[in-house]
Amino acid sequence: MQSLGLDVLFKGKNFVRLLGGLWVAVRISLISVAISIALGLIMGMLMAGKNRVLKAMFRVYLEIVRIMPQMVLLFVVYFGTTRVFGWNLSPEASAIIVFSFWGVAEMGDLVRGALVSIPRIQYESAEALGLTTAQVYLYVILPQTFRRLVPLSINLITRMIKTTSLVMMIGIVEVLKVAQQIIEANRRTSPNAAFGVFATVFLLYFLICWPISRLAGYLEKRWA
Amino acid sequence: MENALLEIKDLKKAYGEHVVLDDLSLAVNKGEVVVVIGPSGCGKSTLLRCINALEDIQGGQVLLDGQPVLRQAKNISRTRQKIGMVFQSYDLFPHKTILDNILLAPMKVQKRPRAQAEAEALELLDRVGLADRKDDYPRQLSGGQKQRIAIVRALIMHPEILLLDEITAALDPEMVHEVLQVVLDLAKNGSTMLIVTHEMTFARAIADRVLFLEGGRIVEESADPKAFFARPATERARQFLRTFEY
Repeated sequence: MQSLGLDVLFKGKNFVRLLGGLWVAVRISLISVAISIALGLIMGMLMAGKNRVLKAMFRVYLEIVRIMPQMVLLFVVYFGTTRVFGWNLSPEASAIIVFSFWGVAEMGDLVRGALVSIPRIQYESAEALGLTTAQVYLYVILPQTFRRLVPLSINLITRMIKTTSLVMMIGIVEVLKVAQQIIEANRRTSPNAAFGVFATVFLLYFLICWPISRLAGYLEKRWA
Repeated sequence: MENALLEIKDLKKAYGEHVVLDDLSLAVNKGEVVVVIGPSGCGKSTLLRCINALEDIQGGQVLLDGQPVLRQAKNISRTRQKIGMVFQSYDLFPHKTILDNILLAPMKVQKRPRAQAEAEALELLDRVGLADRKDDYPRQLSGGQKQRIAIVRALIMHPEILLLDEITAALDPEMVHEVLQVVLDLAKNGSTMLIVTHEMTFARAIADRVLFLEGGRIVEESADPKAFFARPATERARQFLRTFEY
């Protein structure tokens, strides 16, 4: 059998560089997720509310996000805005903007879904006990919303981590780009490196995403 | 005449054109058990919901201890503490244990210390035979057990009146009995109750007064439940009661 090309990983600082690239990917998704959760909560509450104009606007926004490929958004924000608006966005800032634009929409819709899924009678039986509106939300509605929300938003996090593999297209040196560089640099000495290095990248993504997705599954069962 | 604990005067409730309660008047005295029966859609559940101000009303008044119950009033939380309500679908809070379900209102609304509220909760749980389930979650209980917990959750607030809205309608027949036994005990101990039910034998056993409701009006009222169930005065009530015979 041919060599699997794993040897390159042990040359110099190659493996550490891969891990560094992984951190770039995780950092972009963590920041984007934090923004998405904060703004998504607000958007979800507004979407579950009564203002029709706002609801229609969010509907359109959500559709745009769902239809538009993330890569196109990345190109529009990173390459497109530079000349037209004169913005000098760093690749990482562009990536965070695009991922948040996507995440806020999805998160907002998740929050909306969780809020409207709490039956009317839960509000009423809490009110009937004499709880004030604020107490009804604080002790009865929001804890239940939160429990429905957490597993769903964890899934969004794993999807974001996976999608960060696109950001190398706007020049961010994340884990996949590092992998490419390592393979290019060792083309002569280890021609089989593509297999070993990309397989390692796969494994790294798996090691990050699998526990997160197991956690979501566990919480979903526990709080069902 | 002594003032009634609960007094309803010309209560009117409508959804748009559809009138659900049509100038309904009713008084419930302290210690009295009033049972409301009638065909579905007659307005009996809506009546209970209006008393607790869970619905907007289009006219008339609900008075508890002579004080109006108003949905938008600042003191509505205080008023509702005096009115215990149990719903058909139990509606325990699924994210809280049985004990926490019971303790939420006394601790957060009445600001009672936990130890004192907990002692009473355990006593009440013991009375309904569920003391050993205090740390379980609602999903681990049967329908009849959940409904008994819902009754305890209402009782711990020391309500002046209990509103029971078809509390056995969603239960399997063998669970109906255990729940109604609890209610019978309450009646024996002098609780004031307004009960909406489809259990006619239960109604006959527990009622001091029976109201037959149809089309948002009281069609027949009787202070002698035995006589009412044996020989209702109105043709309409007779027809209704016949639907329970085979």
